[in-house]
Amino acid sequence: MPLVKLTAAGIEPVDTVWTRLGTDDAVPAAGAVLVPLARWQAEKEALLARADAVGVWLAAGETADSLSADLDRLTVVALDFPAFSDGRAYSTARLLRDRFGYRGELRAIGDVLLDQLIQMVRTGFDALDVKAPVSGAPVTVETIQAALSRYSLVYQVAHDARPPVSALRRRLAAGGQG
Amino acid sequence: MYRYDEFDHQVVRERVAEFSDQVSRRLSGDLSEEQFRPLRLMNGVYLQLHAYMLRVAVPYGELTSGKMRRLAHIARVYDRGYGHFTTRQNIQFNWPKLSDIPAILKELAEVEMHAIQTSGNCIRNVTTDAFAGVAADEIEDPRPWAEVLRQWSTFHPEFTYLPRKFKIAISGGAQDRAATFFHDIGIRLVRAESGDAGFQIIVGGGMGRTPRVGRVLNGFVAKSEILSYLEAILRVYNLHGRRDNKYKARIKILVDALTLEGFRAEVDAEWQRIRGSVVEVPAEEVERIGAYFADPDWQALADNPPELAAARSRSSAFNGWVSANVMAHRVPGYAAVTVSLKPVGGIPGDATADQMDALADFADRYSLGALRVSKEQNIVLPYVRQDQLHALWQALVAEGLATANKGLISDIIACPGLDYCALANARSIPLAQMISERFSDIARQHDIGEVTLNISGCINACGHHHVGNIGILGVDKRGEESYQLVLGGDATQTAAIGDIAGPGFTAEGVVDAIETVIGVYLAQRQNGEPFIDTYRRIGLTPFKEAINAAR
Repeated sequence: MPLVKLTAAGIEPVDTVWTRLGTDDAVPAAGAVLVPLARWQAEKEALLARADAVGVWLAAGETADSLSADLDRLTVVALDFPAFSDGRAYSTARLLRDRFGYRGELRAIGDVLLDQLIQMVRTGFDALDVKAPVSGAPVTVETIQAALSRYSLVYQVAHDARPPVSALRRRLAAGGQG
Repeated sequence: MYRYDEFDHQVVRERVAEFSDQVSRRLSGDLSEEQFRPLRLMNGVYLQLHAYMLRVAVPYGELTSGKMRRLAHIARVYDRGYGHFTTRQNIQFNWPKLSDIPAILKELAEVEMHAIQTSGNCIRNVTTDAFAGVAADEIEDPRPWAEVLRQWSTFHPEFTYLPRKFKIAISGGAQDRAATFFHDIGIRLVRAESGDAGFQIIVGGGMGRTPRVGRVLNGFVAKSEILSYLEAILRVYNLHGRRDNKYKARIKILVDALTLEGFRAEVDAEWQRIRGSVVEVPAEEVERIGAYFADPDWQALADNPPELAAARSRSSAFNGWVSANVMAHRVPGYAAVTVSLKPVGGIPGDATADQMDALADFADRYSLGALRVSKEQNIVLPYVRQDQLHALWQALVAEGLATANKGLISDIIACPGLDYCALANARSIPLAQMISERFSDIARQHDIGEVTLNISGCINACGHHHVGNIGILGVDKRGEESYQLVLGGDATQTAAIGDIAGPGFTAEGVVDAIETVIGVYLAQRQNGEPFIDTYRRIGLTPFKEAINAAR
């Protein structure tokens, strides 16, 4: 299950081992942790005092505004896809980025499949914890790159900076490079 | 009609490549059936009772002769020589092999067609009035906006894994011929007092096991703000629509739960944040798309040319066909012709490959190469000269396509039912055939007049039984097919959901009951009013009493 970060330089594998905690799991003494919203709300000062990194993960039904007051203190927010067919996190990502102006890392966790990566990047995720296919075939930077470059054109304006087809048409009509 | 530019071609080519890759990953086991399922569904590939089914999008129902010929070719080469036109203006092929589907999609892409989002929990193919651009009562042509919505909804990154499927219809007529009150979002072009055209937005209509007439969410949204308004609706739905129960996952249930006012408050709060922002389609893009729907070069012609009048008085069969199947056109001397795919004893909406080829030829000869698919599962030729109607009719007669029953009792809408569908409880097709045979006398049909008759093989209501003036719902009653009769439904702007007329019948029994219902109507009819008006005037009771007396 490789975790990658998308940066201006491209797709970079993340070496840090992150432990995702459930509501009742003990916080380990060391190591990066992702804590559920309820733990964050109850223990945020203690969590921030740890030496290692801390991030908060939201379950699919938890809303962006539940974290809005804390976003400037957080460097990692993760949104869970309990099943790839549950698309709530795409809208939560848009709200975190566009409404609340969150600029830290936004990570997709859970049932994160190669076929959905484009949508995730377009709605504001910049870190992907990609799940291996059922066959056990490895997920590599190359397979992730291939999945992300499947579509060279988009019709909509979303969170990412990709110009929609209508803008490319305008440029073409103005005599520029399509 | 709209033509792809290189960008549109590229998107569809990339989709074909992606789906071909997904098919091979499924065949190699890299994708489980569970993981493959939503991917194939988003490409219109269903697993039915006997085989895979491929649903091909006909965006807002528009076809050219070239596209129709390609559909004929696909039916002939990859299927069993026929296709089925649907109530959402698409076409289904019932017998393709999964391994052939990438090749079919490639053939479709060559003629600017695809199967994108014809299924799955995403925004489906946008539908409109089959008479868009030619109807005399039109406020504005809805097709440019249907194309704007097609592009906007194609692979929308945020709204591709919604709680449930999402259907949008747009209509430009004073008369609503797109069933906008029975879609997740219905859009009607309206004119403000200022004279500007804009959109009335209707939300939460639908059929299935919880039928709802859509409710007006916003009386007037400016054209320049339509995409932000739709995104606000979709975002509220995506975040808050139920995902724990697929039967309660449509937007109509969310609107019920929040109340219309509560839902509107949520949408407005979101809309204010994104209104008029970069998500909107630029004005020059609307203009670019609109140019594709400019009028053809009309000839200066007069209505009711002498050769038409002469042919009508010469042939009563032709005259009957003109009365039922030919619609007034906004341009003098032209007509919009409905080619019925409902022959006596036939399968509603089916066309053979040869018939599709013939229709393509007739479109070239008589309709400037243009065809439409109607939600009534017929084909429309939108640009026919009135002085050529008789020649067209003769050509249709030779192909068995001149059934003069548009809008009449045998113009039946029916789902595929238990003959094909994995969800069905009862057969729809044989019942439709029995009804059309029982009412095969065309003179009697013309006497009965305008009435819609819709059949669904299960509560999912693909045959729109809730909105038929006469609706039939197939149910499974202890292992036997049983048919419930529903009366008084209406899919137009006077929208209504039909009333259940008592316990179910056998297939023969329900045909007899329809006879009884028609008998009551004819006895009670005043001043030539259509069935639905009589029903509204006298109510369900006289019909129910007569049905029960005859049981």
